[in-house]
Amino acid sequence: MVVFDDVSFGYGEQPVLRDLSLRIDRGQVVAIMGGSGSGKTTLLKLIGGQLRARTGRVLVDGDDVGTMNETTLYGMRRKLGMLFQFGALFTDLSVYDNVAFPLRERGKLPESVVRDLVLMKLHAVGLRGAAQLMPAELSGGMARRVALARAIALDPAIMLYDEPFTGLDPISLGVTGQLIRELNDALGGASIVVTHDVAESLAIVDYVYFLADGAVVAQGTPDEVRASTHPFVKQFINAEPDGPVPFHRDAEPYATALNLERP
Amino acid sequence: MTNPLSRALQSLGAPVTNALIKLGFACRFLVSVLKVSPFALCRFSLTMREIWFAGVLSVLIIVVSGLFVGMVLALQGYETLVRFGASSSLGVLVALSLVRELGPVIGALLFASRAGSAITAEIGLMKATEQLSAMEMMAVNPVARVVAPKFWGGVISMPLLAALFSAMGIFGGYLVGVQLLGLDAGSFWSQMQSAVDFRLDVVNGVIKSVCFGFAVSLIAVFEGYDAPPTAEGVSGATTRTVVTSALVILGLDVLLTAFMFRGI
Repeated sequence: MVVFDDVSFGYGEQPVLRDLSLRIDRGQVVAIMGGSGSGKTTLLKLIGGQLRARTGRVLVDGDDVGTMNETTLYGMRRKLGMLFQFGALFTDLSVYDNVAFPLRERGKLPESVVRDLVLMKLHAVGLRGAAQLMPAELSGGMARRVALARAIALDPAIMLYDEPFTGLDPISLGVTGQLIRELNDALGGASIVVTHDVAESLAIVDYVYFLADGAVVAQGTPDEVRASTHPFVKQFINAEPDGPVPFHRDAEPYATALNLERP
Repeated sequence: MTNPLSRALQSLGAPVTNALIKLGFACRFLVSVLKVSPFALCRFSLTMREIWFAGVLSVLIIVVSGLFVGMVLALQGYETLVRFGASSSLGVLVALSLVRELGPVIGALLFASRAGSAITAEIGLMKATEQLSAMEMMAVNPVARVVAPKFWGGVISMPLLAALFSAMGIFGGYLVGVQLLGLDAGSFWSQMQSAVDFRLDVVNGVIKSVCFGFAVSLIAVFEGYDAPPTAEGVSGATTRTVVTSALVILGLDVLLTAFMFRGI
């Protein structure tokens, strides 16, 4: 359903993705893992058409996102649902109205149907009792779950999750993971989960891509990933400070910076 | 190696080039707002909401300011007119000053400070918290759903607020001229009625306030949409809205006055 074909992208002179190729098929839940700044969120924005690839093609359901005009782009986005990293709830609308927003804007449904759908989606994320609260009254984790309810309001064929597990308590984390899996199985679509949460994502996904420096450095099923001896995968899964991904950004020696020794 | 002269020219040229690029972007942005405006105006409840926030919530500051400006005009005008034995023309002086100039100009300056800055901050924060991106990903055009209603809410509110400002100013002038300084009420109103021309004075004042409303609303929505998505970016955009609006209002006022009243 989603194909990256030799895609390169950069912000200004800074390259972010380099000749990236990957595919996500119907029915799959795929995790994209990598360190901060490895281009994971950029990848989601390329799928949504908020950014355009410099070279290569991004195909969504067979259509090249890079060649779409504004009208076809908005048409394509009707197939997508996206959970943003910090929820991106509309702060002037209540929880109920946030979830109802895509239904009212795109669905043209009677208000009684909108009400039923909103309550169903809120029930699915365990927040039916928070329907009348405003976003400012929610904790970070609750806001994320409301955002998830809003993202799945129209049962999209392709779901994009940007760090869905960040800031969730262990109960919500497990429920959210299960929800991502069940939703994908029920709709028969595809889900792309950008995440750092190794344990939770390996429990629910079908396939994993590891990104580093804008390229796929490793990939495989959760079992293959667990058994991998690839240094990058090992470092990421075991949370090791030393490995191919340096913890420290390039800088002059620490002692030199503190004037303890001469350069 | 560049010499000091070329460095000076470069440092002068860069801001000019950036300003021109921004102006071009603002023009394209205006076109995109106008393109989706039929959608926004068809769903008039969205625009009504913005008229409430930009217009109705600005009424208090407009009413109080208009009243005080009218009172000061009457006090100052009386001092001058009485020297020439023309104190009975105080109503004319107050009305013409307000309807032609002060109502549209001060009303627009207050509108830019009160509502323009709020519009910029709201759109800028929506951008910084990814609310606009979320809308785009829901296949809802944020320019049509958020920007255009705010733009037209401002354009519609501005002439109404300017009219209210002028009306309150004239009332303030009446309070000072007639109630405080003892001018004849009949002479105050009748001279005003005969001297103020509807087409030349009132309509031109309304045209001015529509132009100011258009300019301030465009600056406010554009600065919000163009703001860097950071706290500093939004605060800078809010400041730019007020400063740019003030300069544009005063510049436009010179141009419009020259065209309207001097026939240039």
